[in-house]
Amino acid sequence: MKKLLAALAMGASFAMATPAVHAATPKDTLVEAWHMDDIISLDPAEMYELSTYEVNGNVYDTLVAINPHNTGDILKKAALSWTVSDDGKTFTFKLRPGQKFASGNPLTAADVVYSYQRLTALNLAPAFLIQDFGITTDNMNTTLKAVDDLTFQMTVDQAYAPSFVINKLCATNFAVIDSVTVKSHEGKKADGTNDWGNGWLKTASAGSGPFKIDEWKPNESISMSVNPNYWGPKPKLKRVFYRHIAEEASQRLLLEKGDVDIARNLSADQLDGVRKAGGGFKFPGTAQNTNLYFGMNTKNQYLAKPEVREALRYLIDYQGLAKTALREGWIINQTFLPNGVLGYVDSNPYKLDYAKAKALLAKAGYPDGFPLTVNVASTEQSRMDIAQSMQQTFAKVGIKLQILASDQKTVITTYRARKHDLALLTWGIDYFDPNTNMAFVVNKDNSDDPKTGKPLAWRNGWQNEEFNKQANDLLFVTDTAKRKAGYQAMIKAWQPVSPFAMMFQQNWVAAVSPKVHNFFIGPSNEMTQYDTVYK
Amino acid sequence: MSKPALASASAVATPSAESGAHYLQVVRRLLLAGGGLFFSLAVTFFGLLVITFVIGRLMPIDPVLSAVGDRASKATYDQVKEAMGLNLPVWHQFARYAWNVIHGDFGTSIQTARPVMEDLLRVFPATAEMATVAIIIGIVLGIPLGVWAAVYRNSVLDQTMRVVGLIGYSVPIFWLGIMGLLVFYLQLEWVGGPGRLDVFFDGEVPTVTGFILIDSIIAGDWDVFQNAFGHIILPACLLGYYSLAYISRMTRSLMLEQLNQEYLITARVKGMSERRVIWRHAFGNIQVALITVCALAFANILEGSVLTETVFAWPGIGRYITTALGAADMNAVLGGTIVVGTVYVGLNLLTDVLYRVVDPRAK
Repeated sequence: MKKLLAALAMGASFAMATPAVHAATPKDTLVEAWHMDDIISLDPAEMYELSTYEVNGNVYDTLVAINPHNTGDILKKAALSWTVSDDGKTFTFKLRPGQKFASGNPLTAADVVYSYQRLTALNLAPAFLIQDFGITTDNMNTTLKAVDDLTFQMTVDQAYAPSFVINKLCATNFAVIDSVTVKSHEGKKADGTNDWGNGWLKTASAGSGPFKIDEWKPNESISMSVNPNYWGPKPKLKRVFYRHIAEEASQRLLLEKGDVDIARNLSADQLDGVRKAGGGFKFPGTAQNTNLYFGMNTKNQYLAKPEVREALRYLIDYQGLAKTALREGWIINQTFLPNGVLGYVDSNPYKLDYAKAKALLAKAGYPDGFPLTVNVASTEQSRMDIAQSMQQTFAKVGIKLQILASDQKTVITTYRARKHDLALLTWGIDYFDPNTNMAFVVNKDNSDDPKTGKPLAWRNGWQNEEFNKQANDLLFVTDTAKRKAGYQAMIKAWQPVSPFAMMFQQNWVAAVSPKVHNFFIGPSNEMTQYDTVYK
Repeated sequence: MSKPALASASAVATPSAESGAHYLQVVRRLLLAGGGLFFSLAVTFFGLLVITFVIGRLMPIDPVLSAVGDRASKATYDQVKEAMGLNLPVWHQFARYAWNVIHGDFGTSIQTARPVMEDLLRVFPATAEMATVAIIIGIVLGIPLGVWAAVYRNSVLDQTMRVVGLIGYSVPIFWLGIMGLLVFYLQLEWVGGPGRLDVFFDGEVPTVTGFILIDSIIAGDWDVFQNAFGHIILPACLLGYYSLAYISRMTRSLMLEQLNQEYLITARVKGMSERRVIWRHAFGNIQVALITVCALAFANILEGSVLTETVFAWPGIGRYITTALGAADMNAVLGGTIVVGTVYVGLNLLTDVLYRVVDPRAK
């Protein structure tokens, strides 16, 4: 028995006496804990996931970019200046001389042409951004031109508002790619056609931004290091290391222990915990370009009536939710534009009002309510909280709301098939211009198999020719102030008739080690920049 | 379950003479056994292939959306749908998939943009390494404790083991993981935090086996070994604890069954020492059953480690398959499931082999 005891003791000591090797994060390396399992490709012509935008926003330069600190302002990046032709269709960009890619290759107008052409020709998720300018594989050799090494010219199909074109070109999908490097990695797609280096660039980088990607381990980590050829001031950090930490409690532990410098996904309760524990942590936060809303399918007999939809907008406990379940993460915004985008107006006319809702339901002919379902992603606790709150407030006027919880992708599949009653979802902008959210407004083909895609208005079976026209007209208003006023008026007219209940705008708060300086969360993912961050 | 007294101690029957006919018979039996094994493997894999494929079709998620996102134009959507072969008839899709799998091609993962095989070679060793350390802890501690609890049944130790086992069965590993990190990582600083290595050591040793502990030994980098050990020990102890709970309870009940047998009284009457009675005879007779218990415990750890992997940010196969399911990344789900299925089949084979080693009658 003594030997047995000894063996047990040895086993236990083997298990417990573990070495404690703690290497604090190195001074020249920023380590972040982050949910980044959405990244599926690093190619700017393919990426459409939020985390990828942040990474590539630091790896690539676009010609122009939105100023993260003042979103009405355009920064000059790869381009130093631009002019618009008299007919309003040709945009000529003068490039910044002396720029080099991380590979050492010079950045010329030929690289811009190649980048824009591959965005068009690959025809992947973000291709519509450039195709909407009327640029196609058939005409891209004439519409996208390198006039000389430092002059790039793009011709669009109509005389759009210059603000619209320039705002759109700020999207990271318009990144300037090192054509020499990418061409050397071109291969064949399954159908035998040129893959424009997509197979290689999915997991690599070829940019001229302040950083370059060293390695991406899916669902595990991304390592970026300084691009020695960057044209701007040299970043103070040598390396930025993202770690995918799915569990938020683990993020907090790593932060408090000093094994990460920034925890990006802490809940309100965890942020409170870190605050109370002291330690000098900082909590920068910025409103994001994502709206939280529910869509109301007008193919449902009840929701077809505008009074019912208006009633439901009065049955949301906006204030209560903002103070409890959505604390820190979401702020009230009842418009279809995030605050910060051109055309946004502070218009929040709805609040929880049972009397008004009841009157509207009676007017619609349903004084005793009716049954409804709501599709919601169960993976997001805050959305389940909203759905449950809706269930309670709806019940007060006789509407029996059944919650259909599933994962996010199932909700979207149902939504796109128009098989929902209500669908609780978020929507982030594609580029920093109000036209991006015309998805809430425009529906040109309401048939079941539409030729014009499936904008959000289509998904809810809602079509209004007057709004279709207004949205189209605003695309061509060259005076930016007039264009802004046009969208502001549209928001107010749209709010009471739309098939949406716009509720909240995302607010992102990170917990940051006191050692880190200058960290700022951009209002859009690509605007979170690391070139001026230091420890 | 039990077998006649002292059977394990009896000599293995040796063939009296190996005639040519007998030799042929043995070869024939071996061939038959091999053929049977191959057939059962083929049926198992085919079943796995069909079931995972059907699940993929039944899931109410559009895999094209996973690839192109929610905003793509109709032209883009149609192009990608065609490239993924989703416009073909279902039987054609299955035939194409099965053909590729037979040729070792699981396709490309939507989520990681890499061949599924490459992903599996990265994530499987991570889980296998953790599970192996865990099962070693589970066996080394679980079996002696189970035997001890049986021998001293209803003693304080037995009762304690019962409570420990009960906690192992009932407390969510998720909670225990966070508590473990709070105590051993944050407060006591005995172990490393979530992840396989500190950032400082990331990429320090070249990947050979995918087991960082082994790769660091191969590279002769003891700092990395020490750091990796500091990171693996807590999740492995937790998983080991859960298998310890199972193994010790099973060992206890198997032992109790033996300890009540009359052959042990005979052995004692013949003057055999108590230690020999317990370890050689009673324990000797539960070894075959214990092999199954341990193999099952190991398989459970391998496939059930997804929560541990989440808490400890462990890039393993459990999380890989779960994330892939949520994204309708069916190539990854199918590839991952086939690997887990293969491990099960492999463990079954190993168990069979071990039976033959431990139990002379099975030879």
